[in-house]
Amino acid sequence: MSAELVYAMPSMGADMEQGTVLEWLVSPGDAVHRGDVVARIDTEKAEVDAEIWMEGVVVALLAQPGEWLPVGAPLARIAAPDRTQQPTFSDATQPAAAPVTSPVLERPLTLAEPSHEAATFSPLVRHDAERLGVDLRRVHGSGVGGAVTRKDLLSSGLAPLPAAGEDCFVRASPYARRLADHAGVALRGLSGSGPAGAVLARDVPAAGESSAVEHANASTAPRPGREDRTVRIRRATAELMARSHREIPHYYLTLDVDLSALLSRLAERNAARPPAARLLPAAALLAATARAAAEAPALNGHWLADGFHPADGVDLGVAVSLRGGGLVAPVLAAAQAASLEELMERLRVLVQRARSNTLRSSDLAMPSVTVTNLGGATGARGTLGGAAGVDSVLPIIYPPQVAMVGFGQIRERPWAVEGMLTVRSVVTVSLAADHRASDGHVGARFLTTLATKLNDLATEKAPT
Amino acid sequence: MSALSPNRSQQDVERAVRQALEHVAPEIDFDGIDLDAELIEGVDLDSMDFLNVVTALDELLGVSVPERDYPRLHTLRAMIDYLVSHG
Repeated sequence: MSAELVYAMPSMGADMEQGTVLEWLVSPGDAVHRGDVVARIDTEKAEVDAEIWMEGVVVALLAQPGEWLPVGAPLARIAAPDRTQQPTFSDATQPAAAPVTSPVLERPLTLAEPSHEAATFSPLVRHDAERLGVDLRRVHGSGVGGAVTRKDLLSSGLAPLPAAGEDCFVRASPYARRLADHAGVALRGLSGSGPAGAVLARDVPAAGESSAVEHANASTAPRPGREDRTVRIRRATAELMARSHREIPHYYLTLDVDLSALLSRLAERNAARPPAARLLPAAALLAATARAAAEAPALNGHWLADGFHPADGVDLGVAVSLRGGGLVAPVLAAAQAASLEELMERLRVLVQRARSNTLRSSDLAMPSVTVTNLGGATGARGTLGGAAGVDSVLPIIYPPQVAMVGFGQIRERPWAVEGMLTVRSVVTVSLAADHRASDGHVGARFLTTLATKLNDLATEKAPT
Repeated sequence: MSALSPNRSQQDVERAVRQALEHVAPEIDFDGIDLDAELIEGVDLDSMDFLNVVTALDELLGVSVPERDYPRLHTLRAMIDYLVSHG
C-alpha cells in the first residue's frame, strides 16, 4: 500500500509569509520526480517555478490557483510508490512552521545544478513541448548557454498552428490568462504589450481598473497587480530589515584588499575566451567568500530560538538587484566546493532567472550566509570605466543568518608597496555579523582568510 | 565610412544590438533612445548585464569583443560602429 505525502507551500525567502499557486503544471494522476517543477507560485515578491522533492503520483491538488496560503500549508497530496523508497528527507510532513525555525526545510539533498540545466531543458519547457508535441532537440535555444526557452519553442515554427479559439497557444502571462478567463474574454483577440507581443494582465479589459480583482472563492488577501508588486516587495523588505535591526546585535568590520594580481589573471584568461566563457571578478569574490566562510563556522549558519546552528556547507546567498527596483537573494548551494568557472555559470543563470522572474523554489532556499552589493556585478552601476558606485557597504543581516558580506566597487587607489607609493585595484570587503554568534576576533580572521583566498585565486594553476 | 562585411549590413548590426540590449533591459524603448547617450549609465547596466550583451552580440553576429575594447562600446552609436567595422 503506498503512503501519502503532502506537498506543502515552500518557504522561498526569509521574508515570505504566504504564497499563491498561479498555475498548476501537474494534474491528478501525473507522476512526479525529484526536481520537477509542479507549479508556478507567487511569493508576493516574485513568481517562482516551484519544484517538488518527492517521487510519486499526484493524488489531489488541494490549493486553488489564486488562493493565498501560508508557508507550510498543504498544496497537494502525493502517493509515494513504496514506503521503502520514500526520500529520507521529506518536505512533506513538516508542520506549517515559520521559516525561521526550519531554515533548511526546502533544501534538496543533491546540489542544485543550474550549470547543467542551462544546456538542457527546463521542466517548464519540457512540459510545454510535450503538450505541443514538439521535439525539443529540433528547437534552437536563445537562452543562456543555448537553453531553449518557452519563447523559442513557440516561435520555432515546429509547434502546430493553434486551432481557432485555442488560447493555450497564445503567449500570455499566467495572471493574464486567469483574468481573461474570469472576464470571459478570449486571449487571442487581445493585443499584447509584453515581450514579443505577450498578453499581460494590463492588456486584459476590465482588469486594469482595480489591482485587486478577486475570484469568488479566493482568500481575503488582495490579488497582486503589477503596481502592487513593487509596493509589496518594498514592504516585505522593510519588515525583514526592521526585524533584523531590532533582533540582531550587529558588529561591523572592513578590510581593503588589493585585487590587481587577481584581475590581471582574470584578464589574461578572458582574453583567450569567447564572452560566453569569461569570468567576472564577482565570481572570484563569491568563490573566496564561500571558501573563507567554510573555515568560519560561527559566521555560516542560523540563529534560532534554541541558539546557533552552524550549517554543513556554505549555501551562499547572492543579493541581485531587480530592474525596476527591489532585491532578491537566490542561493548558490555548496558554493565552497565549486570551481570558479562553475560559480560564474551558476551566477549567470541565477541573475538571469531573478531578472526574468523565473527563479525556482530551490534557488530561494535559505542561504547560510549572504553576499551583497558585488560592486557592480549584480547591482550598482558597472565597473567598466564608470565612477558610479560606493567604496564599501555596511549591510544588514537577513535573519536567521548571522552574517552578511559586502563588496564595494573595485577602484584604482593609492597603495603602499614596500615603502613606495603605487596604484592598485582595491576593493573594500565588509562583514556584518551577529554578536550573539561571534565576536570581532572571529570576524577579523574571516576577513583576512577571505583576502588570502582571493590571493590564492590569483595564483592558483588554471584548470585544464 | 564603415567597412561593411559582405555578410553583415548596418541594419543587421542595428537589429542585433537592439536584440542584445532588449534581452537585458526589456523595459527600455530602444526606438526612442539617444544614440549618443552613455549606455551603462543610461540603461543602468551592471557588469553582468554588459557581459550578457557582449555574449549575445557574439551569438548573433559572430563578433567576440575583447575585454580591452569594452570601453569602446559606451554608446549605441559607438557600439554599432564598432561591430560594423569588426564584422
